[in-house]
Amino acid sequence: MKPAPFAYAKARSLDEAIALLGKHGDGARLLAGGQSLLATLNMRLSAPTLLVDINGISGLDRIARKDKHIEIGAMVRHAQAERAREIAEYAPLIALALPHIAHPAIRNRGTIGGSLAFADPAAELPACVLALGGELEISGAKGKRTVKVDDFFKGLFETALGPQDVLAAIRIPEATAQSRVGFAEFARRRGDYALVGLAASARADGKGLADVRLAYFGVGQTPLRAKKAEAAIANGKLDAAIAALDDDLDPQDDIQSEATVKKHLAGVLLKRVAQQLSEKRA
Amino acid sequence: MSTPTCDIKLTVNGEPVAQIVEARKSLVDFLREDLSLTGSHVGCEHGFCGACTVRVDGVIVRGCLTLAVQCDGTHVETIEGVSDAGEITDLQAAFEQRNALQCGFCTPGMLLTAQELLGNGKVPSREQIREHLSGNYCRCTGYQAIVDAVEAVAQARAGAKR
Repeated sequence: MKPAPFAYAKARSLDEAIALLGKHGDGARLLAGGQSLLATLNMRLSAPTLLVDINGISGLDRIARKDKHIEIGAMVRHAQAERAREIAEYAPLIALALPHIAHPAIRNRGTIGGSLAFADPAAELPACVLALGGELEISGAKGKRTVKVDDFFKGLFETALGPQDVLAAIRIPEATAQSRVGFAEFARRRGDYALVGLAASARADGKGLADVRLAYFGVGQTPLRAKKAEAAIANGKLDAAIAALDDDLDPQDDIQSEATVKKHLAGVLLKRVAQQLSEKRA
Repeated sequence: MSTPTCDIKLTVNGEPVAQIVEARKSLVDFLREDLSLTGSHVGCEHGFCGACTVRVDGVIVRGCLTLAVQCDGTHVETIEGVSDAGEITDLQAAFEQRNALQCGFCTPGMLLTAQELLGNGKVPSREQIREHLSGNYCRCTGYQAIVDAVEAVAQARAGAKR
């Protein structure tokens, strides 16, 4: 189908984008990579009156190291991140996840910020940023603020972003020699959204692991941490961790699979990812 | 409701184009309806099938998930331009020889996607070819012949360079 008519404005600065959002209220939507938004507009799942294109704002497409963090500008494309040496070296979990996201033509346009702001519960990047304990830099009418990822995802496609906010950057702690990461997902076809997926990070501590963060996607309204399983993995108890998923996760039946299937697959993923976490970085 | 329009200037297959377009018009509809470049096809219109694949500033994109107005100031290339330039003559010949198409609906998108993979000059594995083409649906061939054709061209190009 074709989208309902809308007007188009190309913002040249964050301030201009914020002002346009303020002026047009609920009818305005930000256009980043457009790879989810334009699909939903084509299907007429929503009908904004104005798209505010933020592709022309300079400075949002940088990847930089700052204060032991890696800062990824919201308009960094998936393909750009895939090629970036800084991502491979300092954000290896993101590097593992990127090839699972859609297809090359979509990764050429889709943006990291767009994925986070859209907050599809079955998407890879929101779970990765949750697993890494990242933070999000948001520009709004009252200036800049930083939101920790644990406070960012509020509900189904709902985040801490207000109607006049623009996500400007994502910051994640730089990986060190002690960092351990793991990623796995089940999808029906390559590039599809996951039935169930798991992004994980930890810190090697002697022979064991500390600071374990397990972020599941495709099992709830938002990406979800499995906190009891995290504690069990930190204690070196994989079987107990898999059993703990019963308490941690409460997936619902959806169009792709039943809750019992998702629960089973979550355990299978944990086995695979726990193995990855135990391996030293290459 | 009125439909807002915008002025755009871009190059399409090397030719300058200036046009007034509806803000909501997708790139692929603009190419097909306004410029009569009907080699790019409209399939699912939500990014799944890959039939609308075109190049913008040198990289492949979904023509249905890119607005024409967003292409103001860009260089767009379609199958017509890439074909006429002779860039993929060997790939097109390999598709024909190996029956890597039947109805041809997916072929323009398939060719542009394959050419991007081959652009790095390496010889990809069959698994890498499948991965790269995973966003382009073909309902006729079952893909084997397409993978064969892409693999053969990758090997031939690498051989020619040696």
